Amino acid sequence: MALQSLDIKQRSATTTPSTQVRQTIEIAKLIDVSACIGCKACQVACSEWNDIRDEVGNCHGVYDNPMDLSAKSWTVMRFTEVEQNNKLEWLIRKDGCMHCADPGCLKACPAPGAIIQYSNGIVDFHQENCIGCGYCVTGCPFNVPRISKEDSKAYKCSLCSDRVAVNQAPACVKACPTGAIQFGAKEDMKDYAAKRVADLKERGYDQAGLYDPQGVGGTHVMYVLHHADKPDLYAGLPANPSISPMVALWKGFAKPLATLALAGVALGSLFHYVTKGPNEVSKEIEDEIEKEDAQ
Amino acid sequence: MIRDPKDLKRYEPAERANHWVVGISFILLALSGLAFFHPAFFPLTQLFGGPTWARIIHPYLGVLMALSFLALFFRFKHLNKMTPADKEWLGKVGQMVDGDDHNMPEQGKYNGGQKLMFWALAVCMLLMTVSGVFIWRAWFGFDITVVRLGAVVHAAAAAVMIGLIMVHVYAAIWVKGTIRAMWYGTVTRAWAKQHHRGWYRQVTGK
Repeated sequence: MALQSLDIKQRSATTTPSTQVRQTIEIAKLIDVSACIGCKACQVACSEWNDIRDEVGNCHGVYDNPMDLSAKSWTVMRFTEVEQNNKLEWLIRKDGCMHCADPGCLKACPAPGAIIQYSNGIVDFHQENCIGCGYCVTGCPFNVPRISKEDSKAYKCSLCSDRVAVNQAPACVKACPTGAIQFGAKEDMKDYAAKRVADLKERGYDQAGLYDPQGVGGTHVMYVLHHADKPDLYAGLPANPSISPMVALWKGFAKPLATLALAGVALGSLFHYVTKGPNEVSKEIEDEIEKEDAQ
Repeated sequence: MIRDPKDLKRYEPAERANHWVVGISFILLALSGLAFFHPAFFPLTQLFGGPTWARIIHPYLGVLMALSFLALFFRFKHLNKMTPADKEWLGKVGQMVDGDDHNMPEQGKYNGGQKLMFWALAVCMLLMTVSGVFIWRAWFGFDITVVRLGAVVHAAAAAVMIGLIMVHVYAAIWVKGTIRAMWYGTVTRAWAKQHHRGWYRQVTGK
């Protein structure tokens, strides 16, 4: 959602630099999966603060509700039952936008200013500029953006950019009853995560660790995982997410290359015409035809 | 309307109409498609009533172009079979572009370059149509890998096709007396004798 009091670092479909002068700190949301009890207060708070009311769905026989992210559900709890070290574990991951430092959605977006990356790291959709093409969905390595059936605009978690702009923590952070969701400067969140990881390791989770994938330049939503060596356990969290090479090719060097090539063909044609001249019927053949007609 | 009654008929009215449906839809598709490809072209969306309208209209124009090109393809397919003479012509095309066509072998209704253009455009059209369906989110929801592949192929094939059409249009401008064949269907006998002597002999019996 648009809120212009934050400094803009990057804008979709814009080839000149955005404001670079002011240095603001990077923020992050830290989700400690090991402390989550799956109460869904964060889902409710998200819906409450952002004034979105998803359709009341059906029970699918599992805890997940709603079953997936949607234009009106910007965060969902994903519940997974796995066996690790011979015991059952109930893994609960709060899914939503990861606010990548190198956002695939922004790279793919063709509409100037429809996707904004603030200098604090938040990646925000400005629906008033969105044209509804869905390229952000194509570009996202985490399968997060959703196109609304009502207005064909793309929606996702804004990390409560409106709250953050006035020094408030995101709504989900405020609502979490166990402190599983923390918010602050990214550096501070990393320090906090290190303590949580040390604690988990002490409790026998040797592979506990922080999820801050470098393939997308790091994220501004990070997880503390008990099994950081197997992020896939957590409802398919990708182990090494990065912008797909196909998206990188399409919206990377293909763009200037194809543009230059087409300009080359157009200018080449023009200069061919002015240097070589038109290809007219020769005088000789014109005369032959005239002679035929005279007979 | 009859101009010089001795002019040679090159295209039927239905063929010309078919060609212009393809041509108009192509131009509109290229303008709107470029807008989604590179920010430099984004202002072109204003020609379509704004960026969101451009996004909505583009794929429907694509369907129109695919269907009308399919009709054009079946009309002209049999006239575009490559022959050894075409290959010889293509081998010497550099000389002609350089301004000397005296060594060019005799050509039928279409020369090797036109035939190559025909088949290259057919391949591009096929790629564009299939990949376009993959990325048409209003109606289809393909797997993300398919959509990503579709996006790359659509952009690449489009860039090639726009380049080919530029060459196609320039060739028509460069070779004087050509464009009228697509306006009202006839060419002069001298034009035919100069550029398509095989076809000239075939239709005039000389």
